[in-house]
Amino acid sequence: MTASATATVSAFPAVETERVTRDTRPLRLITCGSVDDGKSTLIGRLLWDTKAVKEDQAATLQRDSSGKQNDLGLPDFALLLDGLQAEREQGITIDVAYRYFSTDRRSFIVADTPGHEQYTRNMATGASTADLAVLLVDARTGILEQTRRHATIATLMGIRQFVLAVNKIDLTGYDRARFDEISHEFKELALSLGVKQITAIPVSALKGENVVYDGRASMPWYEGPTLVETLEKATARSNQTVGFRLPVQRVSRPGESFRGYQGTVAGGAVKPGDSVVVLPSGMVANVKQIVTFDLVRNAAVGGDAITLVLDRQVDVSRGDMIVSIDSQPMTGRSFDAQLVALQPDGIEPGKRYWLKSGSRRQRVSVAPASQLDLKNGNWTATDKLAMNAIGKVALSFDEQAVFDTYEQNRTTGAFILIDPDTHNTVAGGMITGRHSELGGIHKGDERVILSLPADLADRLMATEIFASRRHDAEVRHTNAGRAAEILADLDE
Amino acid sequence: MSDSRNEAEAKGAAASKPPLDPHLKALENEAIHIFREVAAEFERPVMLYSIGKDSSVLLHLARKAFHPGRIPFPLLHVNTGWKFAEMISFRDEIVKRYDLDLIEHINPRGAAENVTPFTHGSARYTDIMKTEALRHALDAGKYDAAFGGARRDEEASRAKERIYSFRTPDHRWDPRNQRPELWNIYNGMISRGESVRAFPLSNWTEVDIWRYIQAENIPIVPLYFAEKRPYVERDGMMILAEDPRLELLPGETKQEGLIRFRTLGCFPLTGAIRSAATTLDDIISELETATVSERQGRAIDRDQSGSMEKKKREGYF
Repeated sequence: MTASATATVSAFPAVETERVTRDTRPLRLITCGSVDDGKSTLIGRLLWDTKAVKEDQAATLQRDSSGKQNDLGLPDFALLLDGLQAEREQGITIDVAYRYFSTDRRSFIVADTPGHEQYTRNMATGASTADLAVLLVDARTGILEQTRRHATIATLMGIRQFVLAVNKIDLTGYDRARFDEISHEFKELALSLGVKQITAIPVSALKGENVVYDGRASMPWYEGPTLVETLEKATARSNQTVGFRLPVQRVSRPGESFRGYQGTVAGGAVKPGDSVVVLPSGMVANVKQIVTFDLVRNAAVGGDAITLVLDRQVDVSRGDMIVSIDSQPMTGRSFDAQLVALQPDGIEPGKRYWLKSGSRRQRVSVAPASQLDLKNGNWTATDKLAMNAIGKVALSFDEQAVFDTYEQNRTTGAFILIDPDTHNTVAGGMITGRHSELGGIHKGDERVILSLPADLADRLMATEIFASRRHDAEVRHTNAGRAAEILADLDE
Repeated sequence: MSDSRNEAEAKGAAASKPPLDPHLKALENEAIHIFREVAAEFERPVMLYSIGKDSSVLLHLARKAFHPGRIPFPLLHVNTGWKFAEMISFRDEIVKRYDLDLIEHINPRGAAENVTPFTHGSARYTDIMKTEALRHALDAGKYDAAFGGARRDEEASRAKERIYSFRTPDHRWDPRNQRPELWNIYNGMISRGESVRAFPLSNWTEVDIWRYIQAENIPIVPLYFAEKRPYVERDGMMILAEDPRLELLPGETKQEGLIRFRTLGCFPLTGAIRSAATTLDDIISELETATVSERQGRAIDRDQSGSMEKKKREGYF
């Protein structure tokens, strides 16, 4: 271990110059793969080699594994990770667990999720806060349907950085051709999902090669970074691409003279003097002060928990959003979204749920339209979503709702659905856009036959929205009488 | 806790204080967000205050979250009557200094049935004086949300616990039926009698806690710093020998040495470590090279395998 540690140290000067621009915020990542791929061993190795496991925990491990050890005399890492008794009994991971480790350069929060198909919901939960996904494959078996499934879910949840850990490379005799073949196949898969930041690493989690310490001794042909080096350089999520967003959590009124709006900046930046709009009311004001416990600040950026004071009396309450005047989110009563169904009852069409996004909770009815087939990436029409299904839905609100698309803002574009009867969280969703104004007619995957005067049809077909979906429409000419007959036939 | 430090703290003024590093800042932001969300969504929140380092950080974050207002909920200290004396005097001073509403609850069975850690064994004692006492105190106050300072890195079953940890009307935790928790959107909807335990420090590690205490100049109980103290060795632990209720067993002798505590609880159940760490810098560097976890000094975690999960299912924090 000393030798390889020295090797790692000697590699530092090469990357030292990057330190200035390095992102030092904690990196949140998710690990995807099954027990068979060696996922527990990989995470165990990460924790072990970064010294996040202490001796008494290791001793408990040794005791619990009743002498069961791997061939390197290390404890059974799976026992370290599967913390619940039911999991130990069944030998499987049933829930998301969070792990913490750090290096000299950065700290990491790992959402460790199960690989079994029935736990798609847990993977979606873990992926919701992750900046990066580590996908694990067994070098002997390569990319599996499961890998595709995990990559697809990760992408849907907004992850745009992938690391492919080709594990058990030692069992292929450190076969470079095999590694190249798998990484090539994976890059094609990732690119087809729109992910461009991909790093493939040959790894032996069991032997600790290319995890924290490099594996040059066994794999001189691999000159890329170790897993930890890759994670150290990855970028944490940032919501600063869009305008300023402050979902108001509470109004602070400690006395008559002070009225501040408390919340966490969900995107963009703000400074005193900025013009803002309160949504959904639309009232305009200017920022007077940004108050925090330590000092009055000159500016706040995405992620900051602040108290905002405005320059005039406006009506603001919990659930409202204060936004920049020149870059506003969408408002409306109907939106399109993708969601993951999280509970056994699935998502029932027409049922009214509570939707919570930011600090706002409002009634919504949900109409499922299609469901994603994780095997091949195709969407098929449906009007009901079962547990673990990923679907496209239309949301209809009683009152004005305020959203960005999830693509633009992972906070103001995300929501959960709550069952009003059980109070359980039944779905996690991502806004894809405002629902078409034809929302009243649109329902699932149905077709609609319109009978229009020809000149009105011409004008409709000239619109941009029609042009982009010209191939979806069928057009026939007839006279008013015949059209009436056809429609009457349909009604029978 | 010198006077000058107290004054700087009391003013909340920290003009000379360097900005927090991005990692601690992110953790602080997340905790403040959780505090505000719970305070806004629940009718009767309360904050569990155990006087330890995590509670000290929790209290500091609560003050920050609601500044310039007061903390809009009371603090609850579930006392066992067997805490270190220095913890109680520290608590009383903090309550006075920050003008806090503190509720203290001691299970009356303790006195009535003379329940002590020496006579009832650590498991039974903890069950009555901590778990049962906590349940009673929460019921008595009709609290629907209770903040706690638990961290996921403390123990394996904690690693799976949500930030809003849902409890049934009899305070049970069902680890297999936890609500999914996505993004930073927390589901605060509960039915009558149900409650949540909210954990703003979920994503903090022990080192984070110490670095934050240092960066923010947060007062803590002096027992965390090394000092020459009297102790006896019992069951492989060094027990502080200051309280007159501690009776020496045959073969035990009172010794003196440079010791400190990594965690604080009931003095008969909390082991000291040998250490020369007298400053926060010392503690942090000691921690960075430490080879055992902080809970190693806690007798109650070791009663049986999976004991924390079992206690939690019964209503323990």
